[in-house]
Amino acid sequence: MSKQPVAVVGVGQTRHVAARQDVSIAGLVREAAVRALEDAELGWSDIDAVVIGKAPDFFEGVMMPELYLAEALGAVGKPMLRVHTAGSVGGSTALVASNLVAAGVHGTVLTVAFEKQSESNAMWGLSLPIPFQQPLTAGAGGFFAPHVRAYMRRTGAPDTVGSLVAFKDRRNALKNPYAHLHEHDLTLEKVQSSPMLWDPIRYSETCPSSDGACALVLTGERGAARAPRPPAWVHGGAMRSEPTIFAGKDYVSPQAGRDCAADVYRQAGVTDPRGQIDAVEMYVPFSWYEPMWLENLGFADEGEGWKLVEAGVTEMDGDLPVNPSGGVLSSNPIGASGMIRFAEAALQVRGLAGEHQIHGARRALGHAYGGGAQFFSMWLVGSERPDH
Amino acid sequence: MTTAAELLAGIPELAGVEPVTRVTIPARLEYTYSPGSAQTRFLTALPDKRLLAERCPRCTRVYVPPRGACPTCGIAATEQLELPHTGTVTTFCIVNIAAKGLDVEVPYCYAYVLLDGANVGLHARIGDTPYADVRIGQRVEAVWNEQRLGPSLASISHFRPTGEPDADPESYRRWM
Repeated sequence: MSKQPVAVVGVGQTRHVAARQDVSIAGLVREAAVRALEDAELGWSDIDAVVIGKAPDFFEGVMMPELYLAEALGAVGKPMLRVHTAGSVGGSTALVASNLVAAGVHGTVLTVAFEKQSESNAMWGLSLPIPFQQPLTAGAGGFFAPHVRAYMRRTGAPDTVGSLVAFKDRRNALKNPYAHLHEHDLTLEKVQSSPMLWDPIRYSETCPSSDGACALVLTGERGAARAPRPPAWVHGGAMRSEPTIFAGKDYVSPQAGRDCAADVYRQAGVTDPRGQIDAVEMYVPFSWYEPMWLENLGFADEGEGWKLVEAGVTEMDGDLPVNPSGGVLSSNPIGASGMIRFAEAALQVRGLAGEHQIHGARRALGHAYGGGAQFFSMWLVGSERPDH
Repeated sequence: MTTAAELLAGIPELAGVEPVTRVTIPARLEYTYSPGSAQTRFLTALPDKRLLAERCPRCTRVYVPPRGACPTCGIAATEQLELPHTGTVTTFCIVNIAAKGLDVEVPYCYAYVLLDGANVGLHARIGDTPYADVRIGQRVEAVWNEQRLGPSLASISHFRPTGEPDADPESYRRWM
């Protein structure tokens, strides 16, 4: 059975900030959805189904928030689906929506993801005792810091690499009006002297806590032909999972991440990711994950990711720009963060990324991961229709 | 972005009213967790300072605490074994900020300890040594919490260095 080509014709996001006290969760998601519809020049009646995602409900303490978001998202009388895959959820939500279009189930789908961290305590929510282990994990940073140390040990990377990534992403964010952190006075020295939170991870190498939402309008060929602005075409998309803990799990470069990337590249006909992909929006909540994912996603050989960072390859003007939007390190509404990666990749190939546009970007990768580095979702979007 | 006050300004009846921007509603969670037979064996051995593990009959990997099933092979792990109280630090971090609800004083050293004979690391604190001396490959042993021995991982207070030479990296490389 052949799949329908899928196009991104609308992208909307909120200006991500520490606390949006002027809106409820419903107001927040609606703002992103309205902007995506405006970009696509479509109305609520043009939408056939709504797919929504967010991180664990207990972050905000609102169980099943989708129950009361149906009307805010124009889903009355239409199918509405909720997706959850921890931090990767924004990506997997977009992929569920994309698959509904590709399968011909729905013509045009609105997909939305959000988090209102100001109303939540994610660090507490992520530090609850789990079976099998003593409760010692202090939030996501506490969970991931030992694996960053393992990467440093395994590769011999100098301990400055994390600060280079953090400084790059925060400077990129200055070009993105939607980014939460606009730290005009930040210097590399300030990053390197910021407090150690979870040694070896410093404060300035850590994502902020943000309120924000992101929305996409996905449609097929006919919808794309009617779109007022250039669409981004989905050339490949995949998800993979693995257990949180198992003997032989490689936390530094999880098998599920490698398999997910390989699947996406196969679908998109990519054989040389570094040469064929023009921009990457990678899920990097702690700066050291950039070199780690460069290896996991096949952009660098094992042990070589940090060398690309040091050589400036992932800078805005490097040959493989990573996170021109400023990335998760500059805005982290957790549930939305994956979808923002997917959306920013789409903006790049549509030529609509504004000041942080990578000139001539034709193929871009959006990437997200979540849980104990166990859920992965990625898509590769292009300016050309697949097979053209 | 409009402020809450600006939003209310358009409604005459609410002129001058202080906007409600936040309502705090406390929530509480209590879990009833059924450990199952494999973990029951593990937990009931802890007060006797015994560490019980399980080996998968197919991949032969040793899990502590035991699960009753191998997460990769998906089959019942029936072979029981007891592990020594010694192991190797495979990686760690120093936690300098407190997480609400965690009953641990900061800073503390949170490590993965690969018990000798096991193929998964146990999450544990490293103590009785300056944190600057903690390193990957360091040999450590369990220090039992004599006041709190019971069917819980809290029976182990922490691990401390044994003073032996560091482990050969090949012995733990695949189990980090």
